Amino acid sequence: MDISFKQVSHTYQVNSPFEYHALKSLDFDIKSGQFVAIVGHTGSGKSTLIQHLNGLLKPTSGEVVIGDYRLKADEKTANIKGLREKVGVVFQYPEHQLFEETIEKDIAFGPKNFGASDETIQARIPKILEAVNLDVALLNRSPFDLSGGQMRRVAIAGVLAMEPDVLVLDEPTAGLDPRGQQEIMDMFYKLHHEKGLTTILVTHSMEDALKYADHVIILEQGKKYLEGKPEDIFVQQARLKQVQLDVPEEIQFLMDLEKRLGMTIHYEKQSVDDLADTIKHRLGGGQ
Amino acid sequence: MTTEQVIFNNVSFRYAEDQPWVLKNVNFSIKQDEWVAILGHNGSGKSTIAKLMNGLLFPDEGEIYVHGIKVTPDTVWDVREKVGMVFQNPDNQFVGTTVRDDVAFGLENRGIDRNIMIKRIEESLLSVRMTDYLLHEPHRLSGGQKQRVAIAGVLAIQPNLIILDEATAMLDPRGRKEIMTTVNDLRRETKVNLVSITHDLNEITGADRVIVMNDGEVWLETVPRELFKQETALRQIGLDVPFTAKLANRLQTDFEFSQQPLTQKELLDQLWTFHSNK
Repeated sequence: MDISFKQVSHTYQVNSPFEYHALKSLDFDIKSGQFVAIVGHTGSGKSTLIQHLNGLLKPTSGEVVIGDYRLKADEKTANIKGLREKVGVVFQYPEHQLFEETIEKDIAFGPKNFGASDETIQARIPKILEAVNLDVALLNRSPFDLSGGQMRRVAIAGVLAMEPDVLVLDEPTAGLDPRGQQEIMDMFYKLHHEKGLTTILVTHSMEDALKYADHVIILEQGKKYLEGKPEDIFVQQARLKQVQLDVPEEIQFLMDLEKRLGMTIHYEKQSVDDLADTIKHRLGGGQ
Repeated sequence: MTTEQVIFNNVSFRYAEDQPWVLKNVNFSIKQDEWVAILGHNGSGKSTIAKLMNGLLFPDEGEIYVHGIKVTPDTVWDVREKVGMVFQNPDNQFVGTTVRDDVAFGLENRGIDRNIMIKRIEESLLSVRMTDYLLHEPHRLSGGQKQRVAIAGVLAIQPNLIILDEATAMLDPRGRKEIMTTVNDLRRETKVNLVSITHDLNEITGADRVIVMNDGEVWLETVPRELFKQETALRQIGLDVPFTAKLANRLQTDFEFSQQPLTQKELLDQLWTFHSNK
């Protein structure tokens, strides 16, 4: 589904002493099938933005268009339930939202609420478990008996069970160890391609944004600060520094390499193996 | 007084009798003035170690000594005088309505004289560079600032040992950097023992020693520089080395580095020598 933000502003507690402008005239387009990373500091407006993607919040001015759905101030959105079925949101620490007696019931809760029949849900479950790499034998266990990483997979399975077209991920790897982080991100990346999803990843990790996204939007104090391809955005060290963001460590290294050794290597998402080979070659292969 | 601040002697622990062992025969000691990082994947037992160190849990087998005191239900209050702890979630550890009140809380609990209290609050907030926020409300601070205030609250008690139990896990990169700077400052300016618990190898470069946990057992005790060479083995236990170490390990097949580089700067320094000798 195509997503479009047109001059979207959101102000909390309008006309009160606590009035707070979280989003300010935000304008951007996301094409169906894109993998977009939204990057910004705590307080830059990322969470407010996310809540506009499935109608938990509406703009106080401007409009958000998601496929056939439109969110606009003072206008009732037609069939907002349909929108929430299409846009799956994995919130931060989603395992905190588990509540059912068994893993199976927890996964089924979402689609059931949207009116899916038991047969449909039962048919979906094995495929979803495979996607999130959970054993079918766990289905009748309590989700609270699982490790943190497994609980997160169950929570994600509950979102996938609705078969959304758009997947919104809010810091999906927070708190996981390196292996857990990579497994979860690789899983989302695979799903993105296999199911032709539109994926929106909210992250603090410049490295993940660079690795997975084909488009990056940087937010600063509720405004769009930069937008473009990750390999174009993340080389703009000075501009990123202005808003106290770092360039990803690979790119930082290549910049310093150029400064110290006068060796220019362009970043083209090459692997660390390839990078090492290039450096070896340029340095004449050492001894 | 012994120079071993913490001793784990054949410690085993499980949460219930029908549950698997979380820690199995764990042995290690931490010396005076050391900063030790405890590293491990989710569920490796590293946080259980922290909870055993200040008597939030007690071992099923073996003994733990903190500053010469054996940790038991009877000595737990003496132990907690020696051990301060900073937890993962910055929002779960505030009691005061201002930064000053919050740092004062532990001191008030111990009935410390008001004049000393004022001095200690001032000193500990200075150590974490939060003096300008004395009358701010803690919940309005950023994540990094909140954790710095939590550290100040612990410092004010003047413990021998501070445990940071994944204190950066819920922070953004800026907050993480703030905490690592604070920890490095403390390391330089005070004599307090530090134990930092993490799964992020970027955070251990300043530590004197690393204890790596895997499935409830001590997998390796080493120094950061040595650990960074163990890329393949670390990956097998769910951990990963930083980009700099990965690149260095691949370059090492052709270039003989005088030592394993810990930071990008160290790696560039080494490469520069090869470059200039060409």
